[in-house]
Amino acid sequence: MSCDWITKIETYVDGELSAEEMRAFDDHVRTCTTCAADALARVQMKRTIQSAGKRFRPSSEFRNRVQQRISKAHRTRVFSIWAIAPAVLALLLLAGVAVNYVGWHQRQSRAIYSEIADLHVSTLASSSPVDVVSSDRHTVKPWFQGKIPFSFDLPEVENTEFSLIGGRMAYLHQVPGAQLIYAIRKHRISVFIFPEDSLPTAWEDGREKQVAFSTENWSQAGLRYFVIGDANPTDIATLAKLFKAPHL
Amino acid sequence: MPLFDQLYNFAHWLTQNHDEAEDLVQETYVKGLRGFPSFQLGTNFRAWMCRILRNTFLTSRTGLKITVPFDAESDGPELAVDPATPETLAISRSDSELLGRALQDLPVHFREILLLSEVEELSYQEIAETLSVPIGTVMSRLSRARKALRHQVNLEMRQHVTAAVNG
Repeated sequence: MSCDWITKIETYVDGELSAEEMRAFDDHVRTCTTCAADALARVQMKRTIQSAGKRFRPSSEFRNRVQQRISKAHRTRVFSIWAIAPAVLALLLLAGVAVNYVGWHQRQSRAIYSEIADLHVSTLASSSPVDVVSSDRHTVKPWFQGKIPFSFDLPEVENTEFSLIGGRMAYLHQVPGAQLIYAIRKHRISVFIFPEDSLPTAWEDGREKQVAFSTENWSQAGLRYFVIGDANPTDIATLAKLFKAPHL
Repeated sequence: MPLFDQLYNFAHWLTQNHDEAEDLVQETYVKGLRGFPSFQLGTNFRAWMCRILRNTFLTSRTGLKITVPFDAESDGPELAVDPATPETLAISRSDSELLGRALQDLPVHFREILLLSEVEELSYQEIAETLSVPIGTVMSRLSRARKALRHQVNLEMRQHVTAAVNG
């Protein structure tokens, strides 16, 4: 025998219905044997998963190791005389591989630029380019709260030619970040923000013209900003400047 | 250290390897410490740490091999549920060892959501924050994960019975 309430039973067992619905469901299961049996089976299953899922425990040795590593991270590194000899050797080796590294680094940077450009183009081509639609920075910024492991500030663009269209989540090498879309005249510009230390390559601040796009990137408060769009380089630089200025 | 046992357990389930789990937890704490100034008070610390751990896992050697079949989930929450079937009842009574094996054999995106929901007891909202997906996706993925687990338990039980008959 089926029951109309059964569609909500999973959400009920997870305790995710509203308080009012929870009360109504509580009353219902007292009279419906189908739902009562199903809910009981699901609760038992949740309990069994919980007990089976708590299986692995860290060793105390590992705990101590991590504790030491964390406390070490706080301490300032002190150079000793013994550090110099390996450093000289390392420098000699580094000189040998420097040319290769520069080539590799340039390829990495180009690959990232290419991904940023792909993200920008695919966003504009999407039927819903933004997840949060608002021209109000005080609406867009809080939307990202809890979705990305960092916080950033948005500039006021009210008295400029730019207008904020909205924002969305973006992923670069599986690192979550923020993408903000601005409009200027008929152009769309994306501003991407990612945590600097999660990016696969070190970056130098700068401006570039990549194929049809103008770009600018810089580091600010541990975050790497990329501005990209088909607007002229001056517009890109102006928007970048707004982000770099202290925000009120 | 806060959440150490929980994070190690979660890491071990994700990586299925002791050494990799230790590396993952260690890296999570280092990243958490480094990123703590950007952590906003009032947001969920447990979900934040789980998200760092999961992101670190996804960019690890093992994690990069994983692909989540998103296409099956684009149609929003799945509301139709199957009522208590013999398998549902069987799983509820099955021993934790059998269920542990079944959980281990699930694809990682099902395994992680079941762990976050049932073991870590995170709310839909907290799971959505950890996985960076909408709540509708959390509901539908959780529902599919439970079905997949029931199916896997059923398979395990059949294999067990076949082995007993043949043995």
